[in-house]
Parts: sequence; structure tokens; C-alpha cells
Amino acid sequence: MTGAEVLIRALERQGVEVAFGHPGGAIMPVYDAIYDGDVRHVLVRHEQAGAHAADAYYRASGKPGVVIATSGPGATNLVTGLATAMMDSSAVVAITGNVPQQLIGTDAFQEADVYGITNPVTKHNYLVKNVQDLPRVVAEAFHIATTGRPGPVLIDIPKDVQQAEFEGDLDDYDVTVDLPGYNPNVVGHAGQIRKAVEAIRNAERPILMVGGGGQAAAEQVAAFAERVNIPVITTLMGIGAYPAGRSQALGMPGMHGTVTANRAITNCDLIVGAGLRFDDRVTGKISRFAPNAKVVHIDIDPAEISKLVEAHIPVVGDLRDVLPKLEAELEPLAIDAWWEQLQEWKAKYPERYKTDKPLVSQEVIELLREATGGDCLVTTEVGQHQMFAARLFPTSKPRTWVSSGGLGTMGFGLPAAIGAAFARPGETVVCIAGDGSIQMNIQELATIAKHRLPIIIAITNNGVLGMVRQWQELFHAQRYSEIYLADSNPDFAKLAEAYGIEGHNVFDRETARALVPEVLERGGPALINFVVYESEKVYPMVPSGAGVDEMMIGDQEPDEDVEGVSA
Amino acid sequence: MTSQRRVISVTVRDEPGVLVRIAGLFARRGFNIASLSVAESEVPGLSRTTFVVDGDPRTIEQVQKQLQKLIDVLKVVDHTETSFVDRELMLIKVAVRGPDERVELRQIAQDFRARIVDVGRHALVFEVTGDEGKMNAFIDQMQAFGIVELIRTGRVALPRSGQSHTALDAAPAA
Ligand SMILES: Cc1cc2nc3c(=O)[nH]c(=O)nc-3n(C[C@H](O)[C@H](O)[C@H](O)COP(=O)(O)OP(=O)(O)OC[C@H]3O[C@@H](n4cnc5c(N)ncnc54)[C@H](O)[C@@H]3O)c2cc1C
Ligand SMILES: Cc1ncc(C[n+]2csc(CCOP(=O)(O)OP(=O)(O)O)c2C)c(N)n1
Repeated sequence: MTGAEVLIRALERQGVEVAFGHPGGAIMPVYDAIYDGDVRHVLVRHEQAGAHAADAYYRASGKPGVVIATSGPGATNLVTGLATAMMDSSAVVAITGNVPQQLIGTDAFQEADVYGITNPVTKHNYLVKNVQDLPRVVAEAFHIATTGRPGPVLIDIPKDVQQAEFEGDLDDYDVTVDLPGYNPNVVGHAGQIRKAVEAIRNAERPILMVGGGGQAAAEQVAAFAERVNIPVITTLMGIGAYPAGRSQALGMPGMHGTVTANRAITNCDLIVGAGLRFDDRVTGKISRFAPNAKVVHIDIDPAEISKLVEAHIPVVGDLRDVLPKLEAELEPLAIDAWWEQLQEWKAKYPERYKTDKPLVSQEVIELLREATGGDCLVTTEVGQHQMFAARLFPTSKPRTWVSSGGLGTMGFGLPAAIGAAFARPGETVVCIAGDGSIQMNIQELATIAKHRLPIIIAITNNGVLGMVRQWQELFHAQRYSEIYLADSNPDFAKLAEAYGIEGHNVFDRETARALVPEVLERGGPALINFVVYESEKVYPMVPSGAGVDEMMIGDQEPDEDVEGVSA
Repeated sequence: MTSQRRVISVTVRDEPGVLVRIAGLFARRGFNIASLSVAESEVPGLSRTTFVVDGDPRTIEQVQKQLQKLIDVLKVVDHTETSFVDRELMLIKVAVRGPDERVELRQIAQDFRARIVDVGRHALVFEVTGDEGKMNAFIDQMQAFGIVELIRTGRVALPRSGQSHTALDAAPAA
């Protein structure tokens, strides 16, 4: 058996059903083994897209995503995808071919120092020098990627290792993972849990902030929140980890968070942080963040504790272990006055936007939510549309919201829709995109067309790089530098059709209202290009460097001629 | 918060690239390394590295936690918290202009228990071992004569207790 065959067998053993990838010279033995192995391979049209698809596959299913690429340019194309997965703690195993070992270091054809380049954007990486190491390395890679704080792991395999004959019987081969330097701490410390219970019991104005770590622990989050009667804020990465529609949900915190969530943070006396990393988009200016609050921080990664926000009571562990232990010790909190205050803010500041102008992104997103009944997977690109989606189309089930938060990678959403579709066959995926972002991996329309995936791509086409335009309008004296796209955008409907995908251009409300349910009914793949108002802005907005209590409320400010919609 | 100088030692698996991981971590997280030294330990397959880092207490805590996250890192010990011995080795080449200076230099070397390891017509090379304070004092003295060049290994440190940290590390974690 060759190294390449060993690799495919080892992937099968890990339960890998699908891998995304793109072949090339230095990975050809692996592709030869794929030809008659059991791992289904999905050919993407750009390796970056393969990495995003693998990342989204994990986010949507909880099972590690796999991407395969060739040496040199194939591998370097993965870098953005790996960095995206690293920032958002997503379990991806990337496999790259490299030039034969005797050529490594000689500037050989399509040689790149992939081990060196990917070191800072992976949780761990390997350069396999001996075919006998392959089964162990694959086992370790999956173990590292999926345990503790999840993250991407890369395995670089020189071509001669792929071709080398493996000695012995793979089935007898011991692949016990023995990593003395790697022991993620999942069980919360009893003493710390006791202190946390005490703090929660004594709180008068507590909030629970749930982050991306909550996606794996949604059941425990809901059980804890409801038992304790605690208001819940979900970060961009935490969307879906607690159902958005419930009365205890206050929405998203931070830069584009809800007024209620940000005021709750400013006024609370206790934060229970669960699987979040207090990103600067969440905290705003740290010194103004939750000035009156004690912080209980539960995180599986000890390095996140007191990294940015000081944790008075750190609990290192898995939410699935810690939350039930807290819940068991607690009664529902009697915090009526706090609830009254929060409900008052919620009532005063519902989601709203003005429709006294051409079609706006927000109503497009609401139409999509209504047509799906919210029961679908949502992926987003990056920009204003992403924030509108987070606010108006937050999903209610875990692992149904797939968005690049930490790296904010334009070009993520479309390939992510592919990964999500493969992760959850039969479910509809709505990809919410901007006309800028969609063009960063537009070639993946081919992959979608080929597999006839149930993906509805909704472009909120404002003709500009909207988020950048918003900053230029508000903070750069309306000097609109290099953001204009409209004059050279393609005809998106025709473009979709050219790939064999149903395409529509929509210019007005009436058509939008009629078309959206109809297209969703057909189930996709389809692309709808909604031409929307150019100058719409995302509000509230906490200007960069300001405190979350210093929101620009904009059109979220109540007044008469506003169409109020409570999400 | 006030910046402090800390001596931290890290036990790592001898994997290719482990030094790159550590150095890369310091660079990308903006940690300030004053010195770094690496060599094999008494346990086959494990190396000991000693760092001297500058930072406020929160930064130092992050340094340690981030190091601990590296898969090849078995143990991180901040010696500053415990009783430890540390040493550094320096080779320093000093200009000599005539016999008087030569005598004077030999005298200083004796006071510092520095060894003369090379005697040239216009320069002497001294080998000095000791802690940071001794190194700096010696350099100070040599300034007057003219330092031609010098090289330092960076500090290495061991705790004063009777046990081996590396051996402890090799045992499977509970
Ligand atoms: C244009 C733009 C605007 C943005 N604006 C906002 C905004 O207004 N508000 C907002 O919230 N975000 C915003 N973001 C996203 C932001 O940049 C961060 O990505 C996000 O806030 C991070 O979410 P998180 O803290 O939940 O962390 P994640 O990055 O999801 O981290 C998860 C944390 O949970 C821990 N963890 C993982 N698994 C477990 C487990 N099983 N048990 C315990 N702990 C676990 C991990 O160690 C980690 O610390 C924006 C992004 C973009 C691109
Ligand atoms: C790869 C990449 N390049 C640049 C940026 C910076 N950026 C953030 S949002 C944005 C504009 C996105 O425009 P579009 O996709 O049209 O969405 P809109 O904001 O208009 O909804 C840009 C350029 C980024 N996030 N990612």
C-alpha cells in the first residue's frame, strides 16, 4: 500500500465522508487513491473556496472538514481559508502535497514552505517525512483539530512519501494518540464553579453572553439560561446557540449590536461569559466595557481568560461540562426590576429601518427570513449585509449560522454555502452576499451548479463596497475612495445562467415580495440579485475606539414615519 | 502596569520547527524577548529552552499561556516565582595597547573569574560566566579598553529544587 492509499484509508477511518479540494502535480498520488477510495471528493474551482467549504462543513455539522490541495500555489491559496478557520475556532484538516523530499529547499517547481507559511494560521501543522508516520499523524491531526478549542491542522506530505510503500498492515498499526503536551481541560474546577454559583446567585442585573463556543453546547446554554432566568446576549459567532426569537434573547452585542444588548452590558452587575473571547468588536473601548460588572468567564482555552477583559471568576472547561453544573446549583433569579428595564429598552428600540426610498437590504433579508420561516442555514459574506443578516435573520438553531467573524473574510459566504449544503443534505442554505464579496469566490457557482445544491444566493447589490462606504461617509468626510462597483458589475442574473443556475435581477419591492417565496419554493440553486439603495447604513454603530455605551443610534432612534419591525 | 524581566523555561519535544513555532509566537503576539537559548535536556527527545522576556504581569501570563498551547510544548516554568540559578556565557574580545593594559586586564579578569581563552597581539578574548549583573559589570569595565566584539549565549536557568523538571514532564499527565 502506498502512502497515498494509507492517507485515504486513514481518512476513512476518521469517518470522513467528503473532502473538498483541487488536484495538481505534487498531490497526484493522493488523487489517484481518491479515484477508488470511499471518500467523496468535491472539486472546487479555487483552493481558498475548498478551505472555506471545509470550515463551513464543520460549523454546520460539528464534524471536521477536510480540504486537499497541491504544493506551492495550491497550498498558498489555502492560507486565507486556514486563517479564517483559525480565528473562528473551526476544525479543518488540510492536506497538501509537497515536492519530493530530495527537492525540498531547492526552489523546486511549485515548491513553497507550506509548513512555515501555515504555522501561524493553524492550531498545529505537520511535514510528514516518513510514510510510516502517516497513520499516526492523521490520527493526531483529527484529534487536535476537534478537541479542546477547535482549530485547523495542516498535513504537508512530500510526493515521495505519498508514493512510498507502507510497511506492515495498516489494520494492526497502533494509532493511539500520545501527545503529552496537549491535554485540553474540559472539566471545570469545582471550587471555581462554586464561586461562579455564588456570584450568579447574588447578582441583581446579570447577563449571559454566549459566543461561538456555544454552538457545541446549545442544549446546555438553553437549559441554563431558562433555569436561571438570565437575559441572553449572543455574539456574531454565537448566533443560533441560543434561539434568537425567545423573550430572554437581547440580540447581539458590540459595534453593530442592539441598543438593548449594549445597554445591558453597560448597566449589568454580572457577566457570565460562555465560550466567547471578548473580541474588540464586542467590547468596544475596554475601559468603558461593563464598568460595574463582575465577570465569570467560562472558556475551554485558558489563554482567553483575562486576555482582554479581566475575569474575576475564571472557569476553564467545556460549556457542556460547566453549564449543567452551574444550573444544578441555581434557582431562577428574582430580577424583575432588571427584566422590566430590559423589556422597556427592547420595546423602545425594536429593529427598524426606513422604507421611504428604493428597496433596502434590510427588507430583502426580512423577506428571506419570512419565506424560509427561519428554518434554514444562513451563510454570509462580509460587510453591511452580514450585519443586517445578523440582526434581522439570526437563526434559532445551533450550527445554522455560518459567517466569518474573526477574520471577516470577503469571499467566505459562497463557498461556505457549499460546505454547509454537504454537511446537512436536504436543508436549504441561504447565502446572503454583497456585490463586492460575492465576486471574491464567484467561480464556485460552477461547484454549486455541478452538484445542484439547494443554495439560494441573495445579493444585496448596493453597487458599492457598502461597509467601507459607510465608514467613509461617517468618518472620512464623505470622501468615497475606491468603493464604486455599480458601473462595472456583471449582470449577475446572466452570470448565474451562464453557469446553469437560475438567475434573477430584482429592482423593486413588489417583484422582490413576489419572487422570494417562489424561488425558495423551487429550492435552488438560484441566485437573486437585488439592486438596493446605495447609502443605507448599519445602525446602531459603536464607532471604532468608543465605548459600547456611545452608540450612534441612527435610524434605530424611534420616530413616527419609521416602519417598526420587532425581530 | 509595570514592566518586569522574567526568566521562563520551556520543555519542548525535539520536533523540527519547534523553535520556529516559539519564535513565531513571540513575534506575532508582540512579546519582547531579551534572550533565548535552546539545547537538548537530559531526557532524550526533549529540549530545554530558557527565555528572558520583558512585560507587564498580564503580558507575561499571556506569554506562558500561549506557549502552553503549542502542542510540542510540555511545560512552561516561570523561574522568577521560585528560587533558581541562572547563568550566561559571554565571549568578549577586548583591544590591548601595550603591556600595562595587558596586566591591568589580567587583573580585572581574575577579579571576575573570567578566563582568557585567546591571546592575540592586539586583543584578548575573555570567557565570562555568571548572571546578568556580572556580565554587565564586566562589560562596563571593558568599555574603557575598547570592546572589539562580544557574543552572549543568553541566560539559562534551573530551579534550585532537587528534582528535574524535564523528567517530571516526561511522565504522562494526569
Ligand atoms: C464587519 C464585521 C462586524 C462585526 N461586528 C460585530 C458585532 O457588532 N458584534 C459581535 O458580536 N461580533 C461582531 N463581529 C465578529 C467579531 O469580529 C468576532 O468574530 C466575534 O465577536 C467573536 O465571537 P466570540 O467571542 O463568540 O468568539 P469565537 O471566535 O467564536 O470564539 C469562541 C470562544 O469559545 C471558546 N470555546 C470553543 N468551544 C468551547 C467549548 N466547547 N466550551 C467552552 N469554550 C469554548 C474558544 O476557546 C473561544 O474563546 C464582526 C465581524 C465583522 C466581520
Ligand atoms: C478579503 C477582504 N478584503 C477587504 C475587506 C474589507 N471590507 C470589509 S467589508 C467590505 C465591503 C464589502 O462590500 P460588499 O460585499 O459589497 O458588502 P456591503 O458592505 O456592500 O453589504 C470590505 C472591502 C474584507 N473584509 N475582506
